Amino acid sequence: MSFNNLDTLYRQVIMDHYKNPRNRGAIEGDHMTVDMNNPTCGDRIQLQLQVEDNLVKDAKFDGEGCSISMSSASMMTQAIKGKPVEKALKMSELFSELMQGNDVDTDELDLGDIEALQGVSKFPARIKCATLAWKAMEKGVDEEKQD
Amino acid sequence: MDINAVRNEFPILHQEVNGHPLVYLDSSATSQKPIKVIEKLDEYYRGYNSNVHRGVHTLGTRATDEYEGAREKVRRFINASSTQEVIFTRGTTTAINTVASSYGRANLKEGDEIVITPMEHHSNIIPWQQVAKETGAVLKYMPLQANGTINLEDARETITKNTKIVATMHVSNVLGTINPIKELASIAHENDAVMLVDGAQSAPHMKIDVQDLDADFYAFSGHKMCGPTGIGVLYGKKALLKDMEPAEFGGEMIDFVNWYDSTWKDLPWKFEAGTPIIAGAVGLGAAIDFLNEVGLDEIKKHEQKLAAYAQDRMQQVEGMTIYGPKERAGLVTFNLSDVHPHDLATVLDAEGIAVRAGHHCAQPLMRWLEVSATARASFYLYNTEEEIDKLVEGLQTTKEYFGDVF
Repeated sequence: MSFNNLDTLYRQVIMDHYKNPRNRGAIEGDHMTVDMNNPTCGDRIQLQLQVEDNLVKDAKFDGEGCSISMSSASMMTQAIKGKPVEKALKMSELFSELMQGNDVDTDELDLGDIEALQGVSKFPARIKCATLAWKAMEKGVDEEKQD
Repeated sequence: MDINAVRNEFPILHQEVNGHPLVYLDSSATSQKPIKVIEKLDEYYRGYNSNVHRGVHTLGTRATDEYEGAREKVRRFINASSTQEVIFTRGTTTAINTVASSYGRANLKEGDEIVITPMEHHSNIIPWQQVAKETGAVLKYMPLQANGTINLEDARETITKNTKIVATMHVSNVLGTINPIKELASIAHENDAVMLVDGAQSAPHMKIDVQDLDADFYAFSGHKMCGPTGIGVLYGKKALLKDMEPAEFGGEMIDFVNWYDSTWKDLPWKFEAGTPIIAGAVGLGAAIDFLNEVGLDEIKKHEQKLAAYAQDRMQQVEGMTIYGPKERAGLVTFNLSDVHPHDLATVLDAEGIAVRAGHHCAQPLMRWLEVSATARASFYLYNTEEEIDKLVEGLQTTKEYFGDVF
């Protein structure tokens, strides 16, 4: 494997999100908090969601982890903000498919920067890093539904 | 020690990973297996696979002889006084759980203390947390020195007359610290406590004499010492084991079974319920033969040389932080600038270099070190200085690769 292969993983846009995370911090006002970690590697995320009228009004995160997990969290919050809950869940499903290396119709949903994470699928050991934030979002939305 | 001859015993080492010769620096997680162990497993399954201690047929007798023969090899390997003191388990974790749930439940009451250290592996923390909750005993941590070693004065202050169990690792899987087990056991005994040693990182790498250490319990795993996965050992002093209740019940461990009550077999079998790990034990026996042929003193010398060389070379990499004392077992745990260990391990993997990244099953120790994760290169008898050179080159590459990011 050469650097070219590594470059498919560590794309510029990923490193930019890692270095300058969007939506990092805490939501003021009504919100719910989800804590999730990856016990095999120690990555940890705290996700805050503000859901109103079935719409993700705001999403912020904090945590510790590698460039893949933290940039993915940054991208995820960016992507779901302002979207209906159902659409956020659909994106998460699509993202999982993308990570499994399956062909997905990316036109169907506007993934934006997230497409840069496509290369993770070639590094099976790192897929869980990329999906951590999305799993936290799913858990949060699920808990919200049960309330 | 002829390193080339040693390396030739390990078929797995002779392969390319991601276009580079494999550099396997993760033996603390699990060691590779020499051809003699692989062949022994093959021979067992092809030649005399049978259940032990029951059949009158020829294969059953052969399997029993090999299984019990492996027990005798383990006895000699750790210098136990009797094979009655050698119990086969699934690994170190099961061994420690057996002591916690059997000895712990029977001998701990409210106000009693269990003393461990902040450097323990989860397998020597959680069983004690659980038994403390059940019995009302208190779990206490003895402090560590800044360099990750135990000061015996601190140990003397932490271990008191209320202490019933002292449980520590012999060698730290993160810091490489070699703990003063003999001295700790002596302090434990002065206070009428028993001493359990997690030997997962020591038994593969140095001569162990449980009688000289005066350990009451000593636990270790086969897969970290060239043996198969799924086999481990619990050594316990006979005087303690004979009074302990089995942790599991069922076939193989019984003497008489009546309608409402049963009696147990003698030691060590009363602790081996169910069909035992026959192939695993036989394979472990072959691993012990192999280690004895090379010589544990030779192995220790080789690894200490590698550890010193690795520390010297790695320290020259800018931004390097190495954790633990200078005098250490054959592993180096580190962080490189702000590069996350997972990212670092991915870049090294692209160069064919296998290291561990994460919390190493020691979350409390990570908190003590004030880091969320670390990377670790660990060595065994088959590693070379050239491989450490490749690691250092890989670390330079990692820095270059992430250079404009951090």
